[in-house]
Amino acid sequence: MTLTAGLQRAVDDFQAVAEPDRLQLLLEFADELPALPARYAEHPDLLERVAECQSPVFLFVEVDDAVHVHATAPEEAPTTRGFASILAQGLEGATPEEALAVPADMPRLLGLDRAVSPLRLRGMAGMLGRIQRQIRERLAERA
Amino acid sequence: MSQTPSETAGATAAEVDPADAERFAEYAAPERLVSTEWVAAHLDDPQVVVVESDEDVLLYEVGHIPGAVKLDWHTDLNDAVLRDYVSPEALARLLGERGIGRGTTVVLYGDKSNWWATYALWVLSLYGHEDVRIMDGGRDLWIAEGREMTREAPARAAVDYPVVERDDRTLRAFRDDVLAHLGTGPLVDVRSPEEFSGERTTAPAYPEEGALRAGHIPSAQNVPWGKAVREDGTFRSRAELEAIYLDGAGLRAGGDVIAYCRIGERSSHTWFVLTHLLGLEGVRNYDGSWTEWGSLVGVPIVQGAEPGQAPAVRR
Repeated sequence: MTLTAGLQRAVDDFQAVAEPDRLQLLLEFADELPALPARYAEHPDLLERVAECQSPVFLFVEVDDAVHVHATAPEEAPTTRGFASILAQGLEGATPEEALAVPADMPRLLGLDRAVSPLRLRGMAGMLGRIQRQIRERLAERA
Repeated sequence: MSQTPSETAGATAAEVDPADAERFAEYAAPERLVSTEWVAAHLDDPQVVVVESDEDVLLYEVGHIPGAVKLDWHTDLNDAVLRDYVSPEALARLLGERGIGRGTTVVLYGDKSNWWATYALWVLSLYGHEDVRIMDGGRDLWIAEGREMTREAPARAAVDYPVVERDDRTLRAFRDDVLAHLGTGPLVDVRSPEEFSGERTTAPAYPEEGALRAGHIPSAQNVPWGKAVREDGTFRSRAELEAIYLDGAGLRAGGDVIAYCRIGERSSHTWFVLTHLLGLEGVRNYDGSWTEWGSLVGVPIVQGAEPGQAPAVRR
């Protein structure tokens, strides 16, 4: 079980700053969450809701040679947006095998337990689990 | 040595604005509410500290009222180890760091119709902080009115907040209080109808967590907390609130109401409405709420849309 290069970068970035500054870093990720491609913005039915998160967050995973995660969450749910952004950026371009090898407790590695609370980090673990399940489904559809 | 609330009250409170006094006059405690106009006019008032309290731990960082400080319901107000509120020492440190003194006028506002702001108000009330108010309409109304928001961290000097004992008897109910209350006094369950009936243990669109059984405490009336606010997040008129809580749910003055939800946050909102807007006395919030009751061994539970009868309880 190892992290993708992108997720390792994110973990390193969080670990490099002091605890109080990690919220600011999470905010930067939230600000950077890319808008949905038009093909999903116009087809909300394709997106899967993440029930583990307090705020509505929807995601969809594309798999070609690499994994592409698309996610959307409301502006007033920046924590959720930040989590989605870390995962979308950290998994972008990884191979399906690399993305599936990310351990389920990856959110704990960010060091946000005290700043954000384990309760809220559970939502991020839920997102990761759903992304990995969708990757398996996409692979099965192709087989 | 810690002090009781009455020993440390004092210091002059910020003035109540005449326009606000008229606007909120119909409520039992009009001084508990301020308007967005009032807050805009008091941003530089040294007597006032504006505090944002949201569900999302990062929402304050996205933008807040200029000069406002942040109190997070989870990381600040709850103890990290015990399932309880922070200790008197931790609260004193927390508020002092935020520039809040014992005599400061604290004005709380937040997201979701002040859901979490009223939770923070209730916790501060356990500690007997006297002058704590809610900005009617909360964060959303402030933004809807096009008022200024900033990401700039406020520069507020730390002050001394005394170590004050928390009063867990007057405004707070524990599970044994609820058991003793069954069949003798009214209960109000402020969760969604789906949680009340037992279809689910958490609010719709919220994660499943924390309770092994679904349903409600026998005899509880179901009045979802959000009924108390209008579309714009401001509180309904007194007449509307009376129709909902007195005529609709049969609550009465002096009725010693206990309110509960899932962890005591939504019921803080209803506690605020019943106590400060309708003036009911002896209202308590059972913060253990469904995440405790729904996992306790042997306590009575009713499923379905009807309140059900309070059973004779073995004590």
